[in-house]
Amino acid sequence: MAMLEVKDLQVFYGMIQAIKGISFEVNEGETVALIGANGAGKTTILHTVTGLLSPKKGSVVFEGKEITKIPAHKIVSLGMAHVPEGRRVFAQLSVYQNLKMGAYTRKDKAEIDEMLETVYKRFPRLKERQNQMAGTLSGGEQQMLAMGRALMSKPKIVLLDEPSMGLSPILVNEIFDIIQSLNKAGTTVLLVEQNAKKALSIADRAYVLETGRIVQSGDAQVLLNDESIKKAYLGE
Amino acid sequence: MSFLSYLINGVSLGSIYAIIALGYTMVYGIAKMLNFAHGDVIMIGAFIVLNALNVMNLPLIPAILVAVVGCTVLGIVIERVAYRPLRNASSPLAVLITAIGVSYLLQNVALLIFGADTVSFPNKITLPALSLADGNLVISSVTIITIVACIVIMAGLMLFINKTKAGQAMLAVSEDKGAAQLMGINVDGTIALTFAIGSALAAIAGFLLCTAYPSLNPYTGSMPGIKAFVAAVFGGIGSVPGAMIGGILLGIIEIFAKAYISSQMADAIVFAVLIVVLLVKPTGLLGKKIQEKV
Repeated sequence: MAMLEVKDLQVFYGMIQAIKGISFEVNEGETVALIGANGAGKTTILHTVTGLLSPKKGSVVFEGKEITKIPAHKIVSLGMAHVPEGRRVFAQLSVYQNLKMGAYTRKDKAEIDEMLETVYKRFPRLKERQNQMAGTLSGGEQQMLAMGRALMSKPKIVLLDEPSMGLSPILVNEIFDIIQSLNKAGTTVLLVEQNAKKALSIADRAYVLETGRIVQSGDAQVLLNDESIKKAYLGE
Repeated sequence: MSFLSYLINGVSLGSIYAIIALGYTMVYGIAKMLNFAHGDVIMIGAFIVLNALNVMNLPLIPAILVAVVGCTVLGIVIERVAYRPLRNASSPLAVLITAIGVSYLLQNVALLIFGADTVSFPNKITLPALSLADGNLVISSVTIITIVACIVIMAGLMLFINKTKAGQAMLAVSEDKGAAQLMGINVDGTIALTFAIGSALAAIAGFLLCTAYPSLNPYTGSMPGIKAFVAAVFGGIGSVPGAMIGGILLGIIEIFAKAYISSQMADAIVFAVLIVVLLVKPTGLLGKKIQEKV
């Protein structure tokens, strides 16, 4: 059984249908990428999965449990963390406060401190800047903070929305290395990316979205060498 | 000596404005709305204290507690019934106009229940006044208690926001509701809590206001409400210390204007201050202009 199963999802913004019946699944331990151009509906899908938007039709099932109607603030304690597009760190709060906010639903203080150590180990730069206001961090550091904040909830799956957005190529590589090592450490990853080449290079499987529909899917390595994908998304 | 006595009276009046302004500024910071009914919650709070004292014959402290509970419930109900359904309305004006509607509703309900007559509010603070400098400077116990109450409330609120989980949730919601939800924060609950705190403070402000200026009618809350709003904008709306500083400065300006310029002109001067502040520093004294790196 898949860890996350999205079935026939349909999402509307007013009269406009953004997602036109999408189904996909993520198995435990996998890195799955959703790729596609701007406006294909990638972010909308993630927002619907974590309850920030509600679908008109379809369902989201996480570990065998239907979560379609569960409000957004109850999703994270189920073990699903969402790193939103544009990082959305709490700019006026310190790095440390942001990370603590990530553990908001957790009660065990010792466990929170342990997670904090783990996150600081993975992102040493966050430790150096723990008392700095998050709004003053660079884009790459903010991305690290957003990811660290998500990890504080000890998620089984992380949903990453455009982690490479606005970052220099070196930082993009760094962020993708971190995603890979996260996955190796046992966290399932659902990755949404415009940078298809990068996403396919670290993903196990991928789905290609076009204006609210999945037009292609399969093994990431196969898609990476697919002629039509190369033409449309890889600029080759 | 009269200067010093005006100053202390100004700080005292300003402390009341500050307590009211906290309600405005917290609700604005977290729900991003101006709750123009806040002033009328003060009036309701004062009426509850009055009736608890005179009708139910309660001692002062329990009477204030009854008002605090009553206003807290009122604040939560107003938010739930009138504002929450409009939170995602396409125009932010919808909730603003509703707030004005709630303000008139409260005034008219008070008219129905308590009548239009101005009633005198008893001074139940019977502590002796403080006499300084051989009796040249007399500070009434009401003045002292008002200032102390303001400091205690302010300190308590800062501790609550910075040291408790619910307070941290408020900070998160005030910055980004969506991201706060992703952290597992119940945004509706946090906003309701903000209204509850603001309204509880309004009850205390209502008691202090009517003890210092002992007359009460259904419109009593509206002018202090507007002035506290000015104080909140003056200090930087959304900022808790800003509300405190704005409130106290406004109180001092008002008392000095009454003492040295003209008591009829005092209100005009207070509102002129708002206009000048908005022209010179649109974000208020402590208002933050958010700069984010992307």
